[in-house]
Amino acid sequence: MLRTDCGTRAGLLARFNALQRIATLKTAVPAMSGHHRTLVYYRDLILVLLAKEFKVRYKSTFMGYAWSLMHPLVLALIFFTLFTVIGRFQVHAYALYLIAGLFPWQWIANTATTANFYFLGNSSLIKKVRFHRATLVLAGVLNESVHFIISIPVIVGFMLYYGHTPRVDWLWMLPALVSVQLAITFGLGLLIATCNLFFRDLERLVTLTVHLLFYVTPIIYPADHVPPEYGWIFIADPFASIVLCWQGLFYHGAVSPFYLGVAMCWAVVWVAIGLTAYAKSVWRFAEIV
Amino acid sequence: MSNDMAIRFDRVTKTYFVDSPVAGGFKNLVLHLPSQIAAMRRRRPFCALSDVSFEIATGECVSVIGPNGAGKSTTLGLIAGVLRPSSGTIETVGRVCPLLELGAGFHSELNGRENIVLNGVLLGLTREEVAERVDEIIAFSELGEFIDAPLRTYSTGMTSRLGFSVAVHLSPKILLVDEALAVGDEAFRQKCIRRMEHFREQGTTMVFVSHEMESVARISDRVALIVAGKLVDMGEPSRVIESYRSQVRAA
Repeated sequence: MLRTDCGTRAGLLARFNALQRIATLKTAVPAMSGHHRTLVYYRDLILVLLAKEFKVRYKSTFMGYAWSLMHPLVLALIFFTLFTVIGRFQVHAYALYLIAGLFPWQWIANTATTANFYFLGNSSLIKKVRFHRATLVLAGVLNESVHFIISIPVIVGFMLYYGHTPRVDWLWMLPALVSVQLAITFGLGLLIATCNLFFRDLERLVTLTVHLLFYVTPIIYPADHVPPEYGWIFIADPFASIVLCWQGLFYHGAVSPFYLGVAMCWAVVWVAIGLTAYAKSVWRFAEIV
Repeated sequence: MSNDMAIRFDRVTKTYFVDSPVAGGFKNLVLHLPSQIAAMRRRRPFCALSDVSFEIATGECVSVIGPNGAGKSTTLGLIAGVLRPSSGTIETVGRVCPLLELGAGFHSELNGRENIVLNGVLLGLTREEVAERVDEIIAFSELGEFIDAPLRTYSTGMTSRLGFSVAVHLSPKILLVDEALAVGDEAFRQKCIRRMEHFREQGTTMVFVSHEMESVARISDRVALIVAGKLVDMGEPSRVIESYRSQVRAA
């Protein structure tokens, strides 16, 4: 008698617990509340912004792709003609060397110039809608990175022409370098987009600086043609180290661990500067935009 | 904060620094550094809202009226959470959704369908939540086969219809409308007003900023009058509108 009573009580308790579990499950599923929804939301926001940039850029698929390759290719053609035909510059596989530096540089330069409008161009949203504004920068930078990645086949084409082939170390080096450059451009983009809200003439200064750094960075001339006493410039130039890494990957056949380390340091510095500038002034965006 | 409160302002003050010295640009700042620093020291804050307190209940429909530059849009910005009060506290319950001005958050090269997704996500929904509503939004917008055409081919009225259709299908808890009920033709306007009434039945809190006294009187439960950053009056629509009109006449 006592035993059955205990049995029923335990049974009831178990059934009650099971019912409760079902009840919590039922409420949990449609709501998808809290953390999980926030994560899904920000993933979607970045994807949608990225898709927008991408669709606009490659609207007529083939020509869009061709046009965006045109700029670095024409630059390469100019420098190639200038230095091999006119200047008699002796560099092995000079066209490949140019391409290996110009394509990653294009990513940096595009970020620097379009970043001016990441926030300014979305003023009506910033004034009225509350969302993490940094996602606008992230989507823009991701767009540039996707563009770079889909232009890698062109670089490989040049490599094959000069008898080089992709190597096994690309499997980890390619994602590593893309990540480092993504961090660098994200910090840079965040800084420029933020500052441009406060100083509207920043765009000119940025264009000028990018132009200057293009010649400071070893893109049209090989780094080893520079006298050793000026070697520090490639460490101080915030973009030289990552460009040297790309040239290591595509041209020299090995990435220098030293410059990879320097590039990583610059990535940390850029993200820190960008996030600090952003966090300090994000609350004033809606007032001044 | 009691349970049925949707928005609460407690002694909210918002000041801006107008005429910021950096507005002249970077070049100007560098070239005239001493005088710019002096200007930065001299600058005085402009008080857009001072010591404003009010509560809006869930499901209530409130209009904010007042002369230009009185602080109406600042109030909406504070409710939306894009501005932070200089002092005081603001509490809101549930998702706040602003009705954007014409074409904001749209891209002219994308088609109507793609713009619905873009706008819906920017306004706070996940892609899945937008996908659930997309057919309803398209039906409401009455754009027909134009929905697959790029936005640049739309007329002004069609663009605003699309924007309005997205906003009203986001099922926000609090809807903010700034000066923009004049969308589309008469038939669409009627539809919008019906939709607003539907919102009201559902218990959506709405805050309008408007200069159209007639629609204000018709749609609101209460009206708030803001003049020069101060909440002068808040209460029964016809009374507050009349007091505002008499003030304008006296001035």
